[in-house]
Amino acid sequence: MGQLDQSTLWHSNNRRHARIIWGFWFITVLLTVYCWQVMNEETMWVFVYDAPEQGADLLSRMFPPNWLYINQLYEALWDTLNIATLGTLLGVILAFPVAFLAARNTTPSTKFVRPVALFIIAASRSINSLIWALLLVSILGPGILAGIIAIGLRSIGFVAKLLYESIEETNGTSVEAIESTGASRFQVINYAIIPQILPAFLSIAIFRWDINIRESTILGLVGAGGIGLFLSSSLNTLAWPQVTLIILVILATVVVSEYFSAKVRSLLI
Amino acid sequence: MRTWQRPHYLVPNKRWRLALWVMFIAYLVVGIGSVEVNWMRAYEGLDRGAKFLAGFLQPDFTSRAKDIYAGILESLTMTVTSTVVGILLSLPFGVGAARNISPKPVYLFCRSFIALSRSMQEIIVAIFLVALFGFGAFAGFLTLTYATIGFLGKLLAEEIEGIDRKQLEAISATGASWLQRVHMAIWPQVMPRMIGLSFYRFDINFRESAVIGIVGAGGIGATLNTAIDRYEYDSAGAILLIIIVIVMACEYLSGWIRKWVS
Amino acid sequence: MLKLEHLKKRYKTGPWVLKDISFEVPEGEIVGLIGPSGAGKSTLIRCINRLIEPSEGNIYLADACLSKLSTSQMRTQRRKIGMIFQEYALVERLSVMENVLSGRLGYLPFWRSFLRKFPSNDIDNAFEYLDRVGLIDHANKRADELSGGQRQRVGIARALAQDPRLLLVDEPTASLDPKTSRQIMRLIQSICRENGLPAIINIHDVPLAQQFVDRIIGLQGGEVVFDGKPDELTEDVLTRIYGDEDWHPEPQDDADELEQVEVA
Repeated sequence: MGQLDQSTLWHSNNRRHARIIWGFWFITVLLTVYCWQVMNEETMWVFVYDAPEQGADLLSRMFPPNWLYINQLYEALWDTLNIATLGTLLGVILAFPVAFLAARNTTPSTKFVRPVALFIIAASRSINSLIWALLLVSILGPGILAGIIAIGLRSIGFVAKLLYESIEETNGTSVEAIESTGASRFQVINYAIIPQILPAFLSIAIFRWDINIRESTILGLVGAGGIGLFLSSSLNTLAWPQVTLIILVILATVVVSEYFSAKVRSLLI
Repeated sequence: MRTWQRPHYLVPNKRWRLALWVMFIAYLVVGIGSVEVNWMRAYEGLDRGAKFLAGFLQPDFTSRAKDIYAGILESLTMTVTSTVVGILLSLPFGVGAARNISPKPVYLFCRSFIALSRSMQEIIVAIFLVALFGFGAFAGFLTLTYATIGFLGKLLAEEIEGIDRKQLEAISATGASWLQRVHMAIWPQVMPRMIGLSFYRFDINFRESAVIGIVGAGGIGATLNTAIDRYEYDSAGAILLIIIVIVMACEYLSGWIRKWVS
Repeated sequence: MLKLEHLKKRYKTGPWVLKDISFEVPEGEIVGLIGPSGAGKSTLIRCINRLIEPSEGNIYLADACLSKLSTSQMRTQRRKIGMIFQEYALVERLSVMENVLSGRLGYLPFWRSFLRKFPSNDIDNAFEYLDRVGLIDHANKRADELSGGQRQRVGIARALAQDPRLLLVDEPTASLDPKTSRQIMRLIQSICRENGLPAIINIHDVPLAQQFVDRIIGLQGGEVVFDGKPDELTEDVLTRIYGDEDWHPEPQDDADELEQVEVA
């Protein structure tokens, strides 16, 4: 009897499952079609049909790249490196306390402090560094400083989120052991938690630095310094051979920083 | 009386440690020194900074409600369509870029396409696509689709390359065709993770859709750009809050769905 | 020396884990706490130094009422209570010496501990304790380079560094082989004897407990069901603590089986 019941149960469960999945697909298709229509209400299809021609024209203007232009880019590259590095430093320094306030096992209060810390993390993560830069350029004026702060603000959420997750994963009995010696809250953090999270922390910081190099190359589009400024001005003057070179330089920078960060992180582990 | 010094495990050599510190500090000095700051301008900015904070705490949803609504709608529709189309296209590219099941020429083509897509920031792609397809959401849709293919294609390829060989062999032994092999042996193994990653990408696409509007590719970014340009920080605050809420909702939802799937 | 009065504990609205526990431990006495898993042994031991907050009842150490102290007052009391853990609970990425010196944290201001500027007296003592547990050559190794038995010795040295008035020991041998288990128990016993230290040792290996402790308290379902000398531990009593089982063929190392019987 029990077996019979179970098999009918299994069938009905299975059928319900299938129905949910079909419903899900149905809704997805419907939603996509609807979104497609809403999105393209204002699309000028003439321009779209025209695109291959435009593309061919653009490509012919972009090549060959203006190699000599590189001489004007060195300083901008240095600025880009500084924006990424100093911004990462700023972000990491700010993220450190936020992570401890957000982690369940170190926060002073789960009811009040933790939600605030989590909101800071969510806000920083949801907003792209380019938007932060847009805002900061409007507040502080154009320049590297706005870029550094934008990168810093964006990094807080990323670093703090990964860091607080690794704080929550620390070995609880080691923490208990240090607490049982009569250590204060900060001593517990210093002796029991930091040694456990230090490798993860360094690895996260370098990982973020790598992402920041990539992001800081474009901040100049909104005036926040670095090589993006040159991209922006070349685009505005329709100097396509310069644009090509800048994009090649950006790609090279990204590849080099990715290689470098992967190397350092593999050394740490 | 015995002395004891804390051993250093990361860089055990004292000289190296010192050298690293010196290099670090030297960089800081030079790096910070090369940051040119217009302090007068920054000082004037404090006022605007305070205004922005006030705007963020007391956002104004109403006076630009129509623009905000249109922008958010455009962002959301762009996100939905580009994620769906991106997922569909990333399947062939992902399968093609998996070394263990694809012929060499296909593998090389798919890999380089993915590498190209991943190394270009969305915003640069958007600039070009706007130049080709004109201003508006269609260019944004293409940008996000292109980026989604690179993102999901790479992860799918890695996932397929890491699958259990035995199951693949077992299915091949039954005389299954290539398509049957992919369907029976590979798809069940990679599907749960791909569903999770797709929702994650949805989340990223929404965030990016707020950015590419700055260069004219549609979405809430354009509205935000205007608001900031006009120093309407309370409207900008409202837009940012909406973005944050939607991203948090997406994250919550995708976490919930991922739990449901597994 | 240590006195528990009507100690009770429940987690949130769950069932009572400890129901009205009272006993006294005089100076220098080693008490073995036995009982099936889930009897509340770990909870009881953690209630004493308030790693877990007791729900009701009082705990006295010398003349301080531990259960009534504020958090900061409790910290100064915790310095006097050494604790040894089941999984050693060392900080694995710190050196052996730092692990031992962490026993002094309750006596130091934050900045000194942060800079690892321990008083030379503490350092001398720490070396002495390391010597006592036989690890003097391992002072600068990282804790995760040591074997299980060695790690537990570091745990003991850390507890000693606190210059404790009381030792709380939570399943010290649970992850060790029988020989190392005996060595560790012998070490704990002789240290208690040398310093006249009272200790409460949470242990599930009954013969091992009988061999090394002065008094056994049996815990069952959060209540004390036996309190007496190790040789008074008869089959009857074991049945009362653990439930029915044929105790004759060498009951040792059967802990897992016992638990299953208990669950069934």
